[in-house]
Amino acid sequence: MNLLLILTLGIGVAAGVYLMLSRDLFRLVVGLAILGSLANMILFMGGRPGSLIAPVIEKGAEGLPAGFADPLPQALTLTAIVIGFALLAFALVLAARAARNGADPDRLRASEPKPHEAVKPPIEDW
Amino acid sequence: MQVVLPLLIPLLTALLAALAMPRPRLQRGLGQLGGVALVLSALWLLQGVMAQGRLSVILGGWPAPFGIELAADPLSAVLVMAAALLALAVRVYSDDHGSSEPTRLPLEQGVVAAAIAITLAADLFNLYVWFELMLMGVLGLLALGGGQRAAEATLKYFALSLLGTLLMLAAIGLIYGATGHLNFTALSQAARDPAIAPALPLYVGLLLAALLLKAGAFPLFAWLPASYHTLPLPLLALIGGLLTKVAAYVLLRLLGDVFVLTPAALLEGLGWLALATMISGVLGAAYHWDLRRILAFHIVSQIGYLLLGIALATSAAASATAFFLLHNILVKANLFLIIGLMILAAGHHDLRRIGGLYPGSVLLALLFFVNAFALVGVPPTTGFWGKFLILREAFEQGRYLWGGVALGVGLLTLYSMSKIWLEGFWKAHPDPERLNTAAIPLGGWLAVSGLTLLIVLIGLYPEPAIRFIDAGSAGFWPASSGGRP
Repeated sequence: MNLLLILTLGIGVAAGVYLMLSRDLFRLVVGLAILGSLANMILFMGGRPGSLIAPVIEKGAEGLPAGFADPLPQALTLTAIVIGFALLAFALVLAARAARNGADPDRLRASEPKPHEAVKPPIEDW
Repeated sequence: MQVVLPLLIPLLTALLAALAMPRPRLQRGLGQLGGVALVLSALWLLQGVMAQGRLSVILGGWPAPFGIELAADPLSAVLVMAAALLALAVRVYSDDHGSSEPTRLPLEQGVVAAAIAITLAADLFNLYVWFELMLMGVLGLLALGGGQRAAEATLKYFALSLLGTLLMLAAIGLIYGATGHLNFTALSQAARDPAIAPALPLYVGLLLAALLLKAGAFPLFAWLPASYHTLPLPLLALIGGLLTKVAAYVLLRLLGDVFVLTPAALLEGLGWLALATMISGVLGAAYHWDLRRILAFHIVSQIGYLLLGIALATSAAASATAFFLLHNILVKANLFLIIGLMILAAGHHDLRRIGGLYPGSVLLALLFFVNAFALVGVPPTTGFWGKFLILREAFEQGRYLWGGVALGVGLLTLYSMSKIWLEGFWKAHPDPERLNTAAIPLGGWLAVSGLTLLIVLIGLYPEPAIRFIDAGSAGFWPASSGGRP
């Protein structure tokens, strides 16, 4: 189980980073989304996945049984998923808007003034 | 209540301001009211911490390591105060401008609330959530500018900052997996457990990388000068003054108070990164002629000083860093507000297109002069005390190279401040018809002079602030000899 999760993480991170580095706004956002899911998965793995021991204190026992499945990371992951979803939606709108306005994903220089002298920094016209 | 109030007030203001969006006058009034109430609540918190020491509230009613804790010690109380003053100054400054977007105030108050909550959080996951909320608020404010400029700047900011938060989330997951705790007090005990400690440095290093990205440290600061200049000016002061500093504060808190057994190699690396941050920031500032970009690069260089203070890793260094943090939040934001007034009066943000501000307005020149000297660190300003305390600690530890570079960077800071002085104030305006010092609104004067007065007062009489911060940082890095001689 753990080996499977680790392999998934490794492949996923590779895919996410690859997409993030590509010269396309949509791929960039998808890459960030994949990395986000994997960060959630790392958080989730903190709760001993695969354990079948419920986090319930038996009658008469002093504490939880050893190796119990920790429910807290699930709650944390849920929170992180919600936040990540909001950010992803925002990013998609942003990328769509930039692309519709004709952004060149290779440069993204709209917020920088155009250079006209080799050495000195450019002056903005407005 | 004392601890939670400075967090609740901006949240409430944001909510009410969102409801009052169709009525700009009402919204403006709410913003001012919220700003004043926030400063009052921060004062109350400060007074409470002075009287009783560390205050803490555990939300949800569960006992200590399980509930979500918010805590205020002298360090966080001082930072909350600085953030509240800054928020009020930005409100006072921008209310005269009139043409503000209705969605701006709610977002702005959200950022203030998140920044205050980060300084008060005593729980790793809660910290992460507030960082995300701060990110969302800033993204909203960046995107408000509209148009292609804003969209691309937001995209750059978004991609790198989100990477930072994802790293943070992964690191928090790993730390929880190793220790089973999220609460700072519980974590600091668990981190000393010899069964757990060996696994931690890697995870703490990951968390460190995330926070360094958020703080704008050397190789990872590209998002900062690429996006900040698209913000309208009073917002630039709030965001440039607060955001990266909050991340630096979290670094100080985590390394000095929670994961105190951080290996020396990590701190050594942090020190060298601090030098690279200082130098690259100040050189970037020296290159530029755009007022906003010059100051944006100076943010990076000042973060270097903070990282240097953290890398020195003694309680005296922690106290020096915290004082520098207070100084830097106030002075940097105030300088941004001042260049806002300069741009209003002179008609452009590029130094090659403006001038003549000294004959135009001696008061503005004086205000700039005081704040620029505070940024450089000329006595008797707050900057002098902040740098003096950090450098003294560096030299006492025999870090002559680190201290020497910090001094040299101070000189270069003087260079770019004198560039603004010579070009903006001293030389004649290339297009005298555009020079109009009467364009400066009363709110702008009020905000800038108020902050300047405070900076001068702290600079002339730093003893109480330093003593108070000392009391808060006495417990930092308990393994080291610590303590001021």
